[in-house]
Parts: sequence; structure tokens; C-alpha cells
Amino acid sequence: MTTRETGWRRDRLGLRVWPHRGKVAIVGWGMSPVDRRWDGVSMDKTLGAYGILAIQRCLEDAGVKAEDVDGLLVCPETGAGATGGSSADWGPTRPYFAPPYDSEWGLSRLNAKWLTQNTPGLKNVKYAPEQVPAIGEEMGMAAEAVATGRCKVALLIYGMNNFEGRYRQGGQNEDDHARGDRQWSAPWSTADWLQLSGAVYVQQYCQKYGGTWEELLGPIVVNQHRNGLLKQPSDYEGWGYYAKNGPSGLTYEEYVNARPVIWPSRIWDCDRPCHSVGAFLFTTAERARDMRQKPVYVMNHNEGSARAQRSSQQVLEDAEEGRAWVAKMVYEGSGWRPQDVDIFNPYDGYSMFLPLSLEAFQWHGVKKGEAKDLVKGDISVKGPHPFSSGGGNLGNGRTRTAMYIDSIQQLRGTAGPRQVRVKAETAICAYAPGVAASYICLANSPS
Amino acid sequence: MPKLIPVADEQSKPFWDAANERRLLVHKCTACNTLQFPPQPTCRDCGSAKLEWTQASGRGHILTYFVVHDGRFGRRMADQPYNVAVIALDEDPRVNFYANLPGVPPHQVPVGAAVKVIFEEVEGGQLVPDWQVVR
Ligand SMILES: [Zn+2]
Repeated sequence: MTTRETGWRRDRLGLRVWPHRGKVAIVGWGMSPVDRRWDGVSMDKTLGAYGILAIQRCLEDAGVKAEDVDGLLVCPETGAGATGGSSADWGPTRPYFAPPYDSEWGLSRLNAKWLTQNTPGLKNVKYAPEQVPAIGEEMGMAAEAVATGRCKVALLIYGMNNFEGRYRQGGQNEDDHARGDRQWSAPWSTADWLQLSGAVYVQQYCQKYGGTWEELLGPIVVNQHRNGLLKQPSDYEGWGYYAKNGPSGLTYEEYVNARPVIWPSRIWDCDRPCHSVGAFLFTTAERARDMRQKPVYVMNHNEGSARAQRSSQQVLEDAEEGRAWVAKMVYEGSGWRPQDVDIFNPYDGYSMFLPLSLEAFQWHGVKKGEAKDLVKGDISVKGPHPFSSGGGNLGNGRTRTAMYIDSIQQLRGTAGPRQVRVKAETAICAYAPGVAASYICLANSPS
Repeated sequence: MPKLIPVADEQSKPFWDAANERRLLVHKCTACNTLQFPPQPTCRDCGSAKLEWTQASGRGHILTYFVVHDGRFGRRMADQPYNVAVIALDEDPRVNFYANLPGVPPHQVPVGAAVKVIFEEVEGGQLVPDWQVVR
């Protein structure tokens, strides 16, 4: 099967409460070490080796044998190539090694075939789609696969690779010409639409609602780093780049004085590309009851959907409207209201996404223009408003797994030094921003 | 500043041809009478495919801006840091354009100021719209 299955997606209003709400659970997670990039020689640190390690840690966490896994969802896009950058050219030209490292599979990329061939005991996989989307949609796809009986015990694998070279410089970004849709932006602008859009709408936000960029985003970025360092021995190496490799914390002054990238965004507004693999185990709520861990039930998933932007550049009103639409779908499908959400781990590839997601979901009653007020108070995990308790990608490196791991731990009550002091019975976590965002709603009770 | 060179296609050719005559075109939906830019196969407001090119006033205001210090285009590396402003068109502020605002030093962009369209030649002779602060 090479076409992507899409019938399972929940991407529009009017779908009502997810029919499988509370009938699927996440029963395990595992995470490899988080490195900056592979060193090119250590065969125990390839993306493949880290994938196997993440699977073993996940199964150990769940108390499930590899032989019991019958579903395997692996996103093959690990950040290598595709959108420019030296990676696009480097991969195919390097010398390879003896099997299983005789191609990019296992070195910088992962798929179900490579992992089933190389992970001990993983021999009863019956459901392993080739076309698997990135982690946010992958979560929804795994939940649906279990809910609809395509498999009973599903492993979800998500790896991130980071090649040598400046991030996404090179490739098509070296082209002197602006082709296709790029003819409407590239002559004047630069390539990362998400980053420059954030620079636009956050400045408009400050113009409209008051305050400065630094006052709005500084406390958020510092909080992400603080949360990313709050790890415990049972967190392996720390499931975060900074927890394992430092630096040990970021101050407001360091944030403000950091070098600009797309000004006013600074280097600390951007997540740091890393080399890591995360694994999550899904099964039916019925099976989950007898497993090692307290089940974390899936209450809804939502995939958002790209909508054509109004003009050359998305502006604040577009960003607010798109996010409000996504939040409405997420709440409709979960049957929740904003006051029902305890843990909120939105996506932060760039810090600029966070205040708008906070306001769109009205977490802790925060409405349009009010994120700037919330961040003036205590948003740490010790306080009354533990915003983004996992530390996200900014506080952990770009693993894209922190939001999910933290939410699972908070609902189990095993987050250790990160455990919030307020109620932790429900969680919303995300991958990707704006209208393309994918959300999953989790709870420690199925009803 | 050596801008990237736009490559016209079937849909965009009238726009770039008009730019060479120092005219700024936008799409107009003849079904609901709204302006649209960049061009799309159908109207963003009503979904109609009845779109035609029309000449814009060339007058606008600066909504906001950012400054590219560490961008990704090889061709623009030597220009860094450079301003990128977002210009709202006066006859419909929902229609916006990018601008480098030639002559305005990096970080010195007067947000809210009135601007008018100008045209700048890129390598190969194509004229590309940009915008200039009206003093
Ligand atoms: Zn129309």
C-alpha cells in the first residue's frame, strides 16, 4: 500500500464527539538519548539503533513483549532532505556500511521494514502502513488503528535526524530564481514561512494589545527551558537535549540579548534540531486495564487542515481565526470545555506559536490579548498556571515528543520534579502550529 | 539588493508583464467584487472562478515588518540584515504585499507610514514591485 490512508482524519467541524473516546489508551513510552547529530561512526547511536532502544524502553515501560505488538506506525520523514539544506545532497553520496546500514534506512531514516527486521522479537506485526504522517497526525492514526481493529497493540515511532551543515541552507534555497508559489514571496522575503509569520503576527499582537515582544515571549521561552531541565532518573538520559548536554538553563537577559535570526525572533525562539527517536504504545482500553502502567486514555484527536491564506502574508487576524477554528474542533470532538483542560502542551517549533495557541484554547480562561497578562505571573510547574509543563521543543530540542511524554507522565502522576501542583486529569498536546496543527486529548479516566 | 528572480508561469505572466510596464496588478473576483492577491484558481471569499486582473492603486500602508539577519536564501546572504515589510493595499487592506523598502536602513521602518509602489530591475531585466515611504 503506497497511498496514504486519510479516511481516519478528523479535520472539520460538525464531527461531534469522537466515537472511540476513551476506548483507546497509551500504555507506554520510550525515548532514546537526544544528541545534536550522529557522529558518523558510532553504530550504537544511529537513528536505527536509537529506534530499537526507544522501542525496548517503551515496551519495558508498558510491560509488553515485542511479540505482542501487531501494529507499527513509523513516520519515514525524519527531517532529512526534502526542503533544502545540505542533507538533500549529502545522504545519497556518502559511503555506506555493512547491512543493516547499507542505505539511509537505519542511519538517518526509519521505516517499519527496517525496524521489524532489526528489533528483536518484533515479528508479529500485521499492520504497518508505509505512508505515515508526522507525529501529531501519527498519534491520531495510531489511535484510530487500534479503535477500528486494524491492530490490537500499536507501536508509534517518531525519529528526528539532523545532518551536518547550516539548517535548510542549500538545496532549493540556493536557487537564484523564485519559482512556483515562491514567486510571490521569495523576491523580497526569506524561506521559513512559519518563522516570519510568527514575527509578523506577534508584532501585530503587541501593537494591538500592548506590551513588547520580549515581555510576551521572554517568560515563555525561559519557562520552556526551565521545564526541559526538570528530569528524574526514570527519564533515562533526560529525553531532552539540554537536560543531557546543557546549557543548564536560560535567563531572561540571555534571551533578550541573543542573536537575531528573523528579527525580532532570536535564536532561542527557534527549536534546536536534534537526533533522537521516541516510541509510544497504544492499545484498547480493555487490554490497557491489565498492563503495568495506569492507562492514559485517548479522548479525541484532530488533524486540522491547511486553508488558503488571505493574501501574501498571514496577519494576526488570520492567525487568530485559524487557531480558534482548530480549538473549536478539538473541543467539539472531546466534549470538553476550556475549563476541563488541566495540562496544556501546545507546539512550539517557534515560541511565537505559543501565546496564540494559549488564547485560542482559552486555557485557564485566557482570552484574546490576555496571554501577555498570564505570562507576567507564575507559569512554572509549581504555580497555579503550569503552562507547557513539558518544556516543548524549545526546552528539550526538536524531538517533537516532549509534549506527549510530559502529558502522559502528568496524568500518571509520575512527572517527578515536573509534576504540576494543580489537578492533572486531562491533557491536550500538539504537533505543528496554526490550522495545520494536530492535537490529541488525553485523560486518566475513560469517561 | 539582488532579489531572487521571479519565474513567470501561465497564471502569473500578465502580472509580471504589467510589472515591466510599471503597473501593479491584482486579481479581482467579478462575482463578489473583492480583490485577491497572490492569484489563486478561485476566489478566497466566494469560491468563484471568475477572476480577472485589474490595476491596483499602488498606494498602501506599512502593517509591520521583520528583519532578516540569518535567512536561508543564498542569493540574499550578502544583503543581511535586510528589512521585509508587509504592505496593506489602501483600497483593500486585506490584500498585502512584501517590500524591502529600498533606502530605509535595517530596523528603521516607520510602521503605519504611507507607501507607494515602485519597480526595481532584477538580473535579466524583469521589473519587480517594491515600495517606498511617501514623505
Ligand atoms: Zn468572490
